[in-house]
Amino acid sequence: MVKSPRLRDSLWMLIAAPTIWSLHFLFSYVTAAVWCAKLAEGASLGGARTAVAMYSAAAIAAIGAVAHYGWRRHCQETRHPHDVPTSHGRQRFLGFAILLLAGLSAVAVVYGALPAAFIASCH
Amino acid sequence: MSAEDEAIRRDQEERLLQAWKTPTGWRYWSEVNNTQVGLWYMAAAFSFFLFAGVLALLIRVQLAFPDNDFLSADKYNQVFTLHGSVMMFLFAVPIFEAFSIYVLPQMLGSRDLPFPRLSAYGFWCFVIGGVFVCGSIFFDAAPKGGWFMYPPLTTRFQEGLGADIWLLGLSFIEVASIAAAVELIVGILKCRPPGMRINLMPLYAWYVLVVGAMILFAFPPLIAGDLLFELERMLDWPFFDPSRGGDPILWQHLFWIFGHPEVYIIFLPSVALVAMMVPTLARTPIVGYSWIVLAAVGTGFLSFGLWVHHMFTTGLPGISLGFFSAASVAVAIPTGVQIFCFLATLVAGRVARTVPMLFVSGALAIFVLGGLTGVMVAIAPFDFQAHDTYFVVAHLHYVLIGGMLFPVFAGIAYFYPLVGGKMLSPRLGRIAFWLMFVGFNVAFLPMHFTGLRGMPRRVFTYPEGLGFDGLNLISTVGAFILAAGVLVFAWDVVRPKGRQPYGPRNPWNAGTLEWLAEVPPDKPWGVRSVPVIESRYPLWEQPDLVRNVDAGRYYIPDAEERKRETLVTSVLDAEPEECLRLPGPTYLTIAAAASTGGVFIFSTFHWWWAAAVSGLLGLATILVWLWTGTALVPEKPWKDVGMELELPLYRSGPESVGWWAMFITMLGDSTAFASLVFGYFFYWTVHDDFPPEGAGPDLAWPAVAAVCILGSWLLTLGARSWNREGRGTAFTVALGVAVVLAVAGAAALLIAPAGLDPTSHVYPAIVWVLMIWAALHVGLGVVMQGYVLARRWAGRLTAEYDIDIRNVALYWHFAAATAGVTVAVVAGFPLVG
Repeated sequence: MVKSPRLRDSLWMLIAAPTIWSLHFLFSYVTAAVWCAKLAEGASLGGARTAVAMYSAAAIAAIGAVAHYGWRRHCQETRHPHDVPTSHGRQRFLGFAILLLAGLSAVAVVYGALPAAFIASCH
Repeated sequence: MSAEDEAIRRDQEERLLQAWKTPTGWRYWSEVNNTQVGLWYMAAAFSFFLFAGVLALLIRVQLAFPDNDFLSADKYNQVFTLHGSVMMFLFAVPIFEAFSIYVLPQMLGSRDLPFPRLSAYGFWCFVIGGVFVCGSIFFDAAPKGGWFMYPPLTTRFQEGLGADIWLLGLSFIEVASIAAAVELIVGILKCRPPGMRINLMPLYAWYVLVVGAMILFAFPPLIAGDLLFELERMLDWPFFDPSRGGDPILWQHLFWIFGHPEVYIIFLPSVALVAMMVPTLARTPIVGYSWIVLAAVGTGFLSFGLWVHHMFTTGLPGISLGFFSAASVAVAIPTGVQIFCFLATLVAGRVARTVPMLFVSGALAIFVLGGLTGVMVAIAPFDFQAHDTYFVVAHLHYVLIGGMLFPVFAGIAYFYPLVGGKMLSPRLGRIAFWLMFVGFNVAFLPMHFTGLRGMPRRVFTYPEGLGFDGLNLISTVGAFILAAGVLVFAWDVVRPKGRQPYGPRNPWNAGTLEWLAEVPPDKPWGVRSVPVIESRYPLWEQPDLVRNVDAGRYYIPDAEERKRETLVTSVLDAEPEECLRLPGPTYLTIAAAASTGGVFIFSTFHWWWAAAVSGLLGLATILVWLWTGTALVPEKPWKDVGMELELPLYRSGPESVGWWAMFITMLGDSTAFASLVFGYFFYWTVHDDFPPEGAGPDLAWPAVAAVCILGSWLLTLGARSWNREGRGTAFTVALGVAVVLAVAGAAALLIAPAGLDPTSHVYPAIVWVLMIWAALHVGLGVVMQGYVLARRWAGRLTAEYDIDIRNVALYWHFAAATAGVTVAVVAGFPLVG
C-alpha cells in the first residue's frame, strides 16, 4: 500500500489547542493559589493577575498558530468533502477539527482569563 | 458461486468455527472472546443497577413522610451511600465499558479487540469487587460516608469497616476500568478495518477513544487518594488530620479531580449511543460529524477544569472559584454543539417513531433541563445557596438520568437484536418509556423546590411543617412509577422468547458495520471476513459489502492454523500492518482476578498474611499468563491474509499493540504518581514550615538511589539494543547488573526516610509514600528484568522477536522518571526551600 502524506503528526495536533488551554488553566490556577498562599502581601492579587494576563496572551498566540496550521491543512487540498476515503479527505477532516478545537480552546482561555481581569483580592 | 467455491467457503467457515468455538459446560466461563465477556459484563452491571435502584426506593420510602422510622439513621446512611457508589462505580461506568467491548469488535468489522484476556480479567475483577462492596450491606457493614467519603467524617467519626470496604473494593474495580480503557484505546487506534481512516470512524469510536483517555487521567488520582486514605485508616498516617499537619481538603481535590471528569466519562458514551442511533432513526447521515468530534474532544479536556465547582464552599480564594466557574460555563459550549447536531440530523431526516427514538427524545428533554441547572450551580454565588441541598440532588439526577440512563435504555432497545437476533416488544417499550419519563419527572422536578426551600441532602428524616412534606411524598410516588417502568423494560429484556421469530438482519436499516451481524447470531467469529471500508455508512453506501463479507471475499476469511486472528492497521489511515494472533479461552484470568482481589479484600479485614499470599499468587498467575500467552514466536514470519496481501505475524516496539498497552497503562500510572506529588506541594501551600526545618531525609541515600536506578535504566536500554544485535552475552550481563543496581536503588529509596516516623506528622508520611511508590515501581522493574532474562534463556525472546524487552525498556523509562522525580522532590525541594 502507498504510504499517506505526513502520517505521524496530525493526531497529536488535534489535541494541541485543548492542551494549551489545559496548561493555561493549570498555570493560572497554580499561580493564583501559590500567590495567595505564599507571596501575597496583604490580600492583593497584583502580580498573579499580571502573570495570568501574560499566560493568556501566550496561550492565545499559540492557539492562533495551531488554528493557522489547521486552516492550511483544511484548505490546501482541493475541496473534497471530509468523508472521502482518501488521505486528502482525512487531512481536510483533521484540519477542520483542529481549527474547531482551536476556536473552542481560545474561547475557554478567554473565559479563564476573565476572573483575573475582574478579581483583585485573594479573599 | 460455483460448487467448488461453495466447498472452499464451507471449509473456511468450519475452520473459523473451530478457532472461535465458545467452550461448553463449565468451561464456558473460561471464554475470553470480547463479545461473550461483554454480554456477561452488561448483565452484571445491569444487576448492580437494579440492586442500587431498590436502595433508591428504600430511600424514597423513608423520606415519604416526616419523622418516618422505616430506616434507622445508620441504615439510611448505608443505603444512600451504597446507592450512589453502586450507581456510579458499578453501573454507570462499567455499563459503558461492557457495551463497548461487546459492540466495538463488530462496529470496527474486527474479529476481536487486541487483548481479550485483559477484558476478561477486568470483568472478573469487576464482579468480585462489586459483590464484595454490595454484599457489605447485608452484614450491616456498608460504607456510610456518602459516595465521596469525605474525611474527617469517615476517618474520625465512623466506626466499622465500611469506609475500608468502599476504598479497597472500589480501588480494585478501578483496576478493571483502566484495563478496559487500555483495551478500548488500542482497539480503536489499531484494530479498525482497512480503509476506515480516522475521518470515516463511527462517532461511537471517537467518543470511546476520548473517554478511554479520560479514564487514564481521571481514575488514577482517586487511586492515589484511596491509597492515602487507607494508610490513614489502617496505619494512622495523618494525611487528612489537621492536628498533625494533614488537610481533609486534599481528599476533596483528589476525589473531584476524578469525580467531575467521571460525570463526563459516564455522559459521553451515552451521547455516543445517541450519535449512532440518530442517523439510523432519522435515515440520514449525521449532520456535523467534525463538530461532534470537536465536542467530544473539547468536552474531554474541559471536564478536567471543573472539579473545584464541587468545592465552592470550602473557602478557596475567590479567583480560584472564578477559574473553575469559567471552565464550568465553557463546557456548556461543546455540550450544546452535540445537542444541536443531533437536532439538526433529526430535522434533516425522516424520523421513525420507534421505542429507541422515544427514549432518545426523552433523554434530550431531560438532559437539557439538567444542563441548564448545571450552568446555574456553576455560578459560585448561586451554588453557595444551593450547595448540599436537594436542588443539587435534582440537578445531578436530571443530568445522569437524562444524559445516561435514558440513552442507555434507548441503546438496549436499539441494539438488543444484535444479542439474540430477536426484537423487543414495541408495546412494552412504549409503556416502559412513558412510565419512566413521567415517573422520573414526578420524582425529581419537585426536588428542585424541596432544595430551594432548604432541605439538605442526606438527612434521614425531617420534621413536618417545614414545607417539605408534600413535595417529598410526590417524589416518592414518582420514584415508584419510574421503578415500574424499569421493571416493565427489564421484563421485556429477560422474558423467554423461544416462540418469537427471529427479526430481520439489520432490522433498523442502519449504515454501520455492527449490523453485519448474522441472524441467528450463532457465529462467534465476529465478522466472516474483514472488509475494506470506503464510507462512514458502509452498509448504506457500499452496495455489495454484505454479500462480499459473507462470501469471505475480504481479509482473513480463513483460519488455516485454527488460531484466532484479527487485523492490525495503522492509526490514521487504517493500512494493514499485522495479522495479530489472539489468545483463546483460559481460567488464568479468573485465577488472576481472584488472587489480586484477595489482596484488597483480605487487607480490608487486616489479614495481612492472607493478603500477602494472595498477592504472590496473583503475581505468579500473571507471570504464567504472560509466559504462556503473550509475545509468542509464530511458526512462520508472514501470512497470506487474502486479497493478495501478506502480513507479518509478529511486530514489536511502537508497531505492536502490546507496546501501546504498556504506554497507555504507564500514562495512567504516572497520573497517580503526579497526584501524590501534587499532595506534597499541596501541603507546602497550606503550611508555613513545609518541609519542617531539619526534618530530613538527607541527600546521601536518595542520591545513591538515583544513581543506581539511572544505571539500571541505561543498562536495560543497552540490553534492548544488544539483543537486537544478537549479542547474547552482553544482553545477559547488562540485565544481570541492571537487576543488582535496581535492587540497590530500591533499597536506598527505603533506607533514606528510615529515621522519619510517618505517624508523627504529614511531612514524613508523604515522604514515605513517595519513596515506597518509587521503590515498588523499581521492584516491579526488577521482576520484568528477570522475566526477559528468562525469556531469552528459554528462546522465547530473540533478536527478531523482541516484544518483551522493548516493552520492559518502555516501562523502565517511566520507572526511572518516577524514581528521579521522587528523589528531586523529596531530597531536592527542601534544599530549594
